[in-house]
Amino acid sequence: MTVTSTSQTRHTTQRLGFSLLTLMTLLTVVPIAVVVIYILFLGAPAISWEFVTGFPREGMRAGGIWPAIVGTLYLTLGTATFAVPLGIGAAIYLSEYAAENRWTRLIRIAIINLAGIPSVVYGLFGLGLFVLFMNFGTSILAGSLTLSIMTLPVIISTTEEALRAVPQAFRTVSISLGATQWQTIRRIVLPQALPGMLTGIILGLERAAGETAPILFTVAAFFLPRLPNSPLDATMALPYHLFVISTQVPGMPIKIQYGTALVLMVFVLSMNFIATTIRSRARARRQW
Amino acid sequence: MKNSLHWREYLITRLFRISGYSAIVFVGMIFFFLLREGLPALGKVEFVSLFSARWYPIEEYFGILPLIGGSLIVTIGATLIAVPFGVGAAIYISEIAPRWMREILKPLVEVLGGLPSVVLGFLGILILSPYLRILLNLPTGLTALAGSLLLGGIAIPTVVSVSEDALDAVPKSYRDAALALGATEWQTIWRVTLPAARSGVLTAVMLGVGRAIGETMAVMMVTGNAAVLPKGLGALFAPARTMTATIAAEMGEVANGSVHYHVLFFIGIILFLISLVVNVTASTVVFRQRKRQERILS
Repeated sequence: MTVTSTSQTRHTTQRLGFSLLTLMTLLTVVPIAVVVIYILFLGAPAISWEFVTGFPREGMRAGGIWPAIVGTLYLTLGTATFAVPLGIGAAIYLSEYAAENRWTRLIRIAIINLAGIPSVVYGLFGLGLFVLFMNFGTSILAGSLTLSIMTLPVIISTTEEALRAVPQAFRTVSISLGATQWQTIRRIVLPQALPGMLTGIILGLERAAGETAPILFTVAAFFLPRLPNSPLDATMALPYHLFVISTQVPGMPIKIQYGTALVLMVFVLSMNFIATTIRSRARARRQW
Repeated sequence: MKNSLHWREYLITRLFRISGYSAIVFVGMIFFFLLREGLPALGKVEFVSLFSARWYPIEEYFGILPLIGGSLIVTIGATLIAVPFGVGAAIYISEIAPRWMREILKPLVEVLGGLPSVVLGFLGILILSPYLRILLNLPTGLTALAGSLLLGGIAIPTVVSVSEDALDAVPKSYRDAALALGATEWQTIWRVTLPAARSGVLTAVMLGVGRAIGETMAVMMVTGNAAVLPKGLGALFAPARTMTATIAAEMGEVANGSVHYHVLFFIGIILFLISLVVNVTASTVVFRQRKRQERILS
């Protein structure tokens, strides 16, 4: 008797507990889907050829957001130029060369720290070093450098993980056939790790493309209705533009705000989508 | 031929080592430039007035206490949301959800992690804060609470993915043993799996808190930007202003080299040190956990 009753309460507790956790998960996940769909629906009416490829007019209250799109593209490419080679280099060092000693642990702690530094502090650093000290001014160059240091930890840790996932036997065989370590890395390890590395790189760049705080004082132009001519030019950028038109410009048509949010969201989430697709395809095809 | 091969190997090894060590150099450089621009604040503003309760830069009042208090209250609110929901969702995803469900939930949480905070701030202004104002009958919806809700959402992906990794790392044999002894799945989760993963879950919480303290744009857009020293939890329902938002909002308008400029960098030093402490502590927890797992396996 008592056995069945306690077992009954135990199972009631379990049912209650599971329902609670399910509810909490739903409360976490459903708003995400709602946000995405909401912006899709309210932003879609603003999207037109003119909106995407036109220049802002009438104090940004009409026209398009082309300069902001181009600016974000340039910044993402600029970030990739600096962060990708450096990040891959550091990851190769950590995974293939570094001994597990105090220095390596220090490098790892430094990477964890870089990942945790608030984005606005990166903005301060970029202002202090690149804009003022190195005299690049508020420019695409200064912004890309700032963003690339911020992106670096993401790229390093995901690339290292991808490199470490390549079985040790591959390396042993290659070395035993007389290949040097660099030959082994370039011909054996890197090709195997490529999909994982790409995923990490794109996720890192996604973060750079969506960030506002680091570009506030290093690149962003409030209103600049022309395209930048050189890396030393300031530029508009999508996230900053959304910030400006939703807080700084009175009488801003709501349609343009939602349209801008939609373009930014699509820009960032499609990078996310590409990255996760590469990852799942590679997993399905992996032979080891 | 042989010689050039050696040469190339040597050069490439060097290059990789330099890029590896660059991470240390960058952390050092960031700290150096913050100190260089921030420490002069101590010479120009008296220490006592720097840590006073009035922030009103136009009249040269540079008391940063209200900003620290603002960050604190918003972060506490965010933690109260992100920790239960984040850990709860992680338990559900890793222990309870069927496989197909997991395949939907994990990418969705990743999407939240990828949404730019400025987009969330934008929705915060247009939807969340008007709704809060009506619901709670407040004079304005732009409050610390609105900031906490958004920040909670922003911190959740970090909490979920790190705690899920930790739960995933608990050996299956632990669960099997508990179930074989007659424990229900619920008892197994609470008394075996979760305690075994606690250091990882703790790391997740710390990283989530770190993420919340450092977040800038969403907070700046919805907290109403009033630099008032919060007194008690009632301050959740009033406008607040965080350290990050202050830097972001004011740095664009100050003259380089002015007192105000140096004080903003000084706030940057504080933020840097907070994230340093949070992340170094979190990383030592991770290291310890890894060591323990190695011990169990060997």
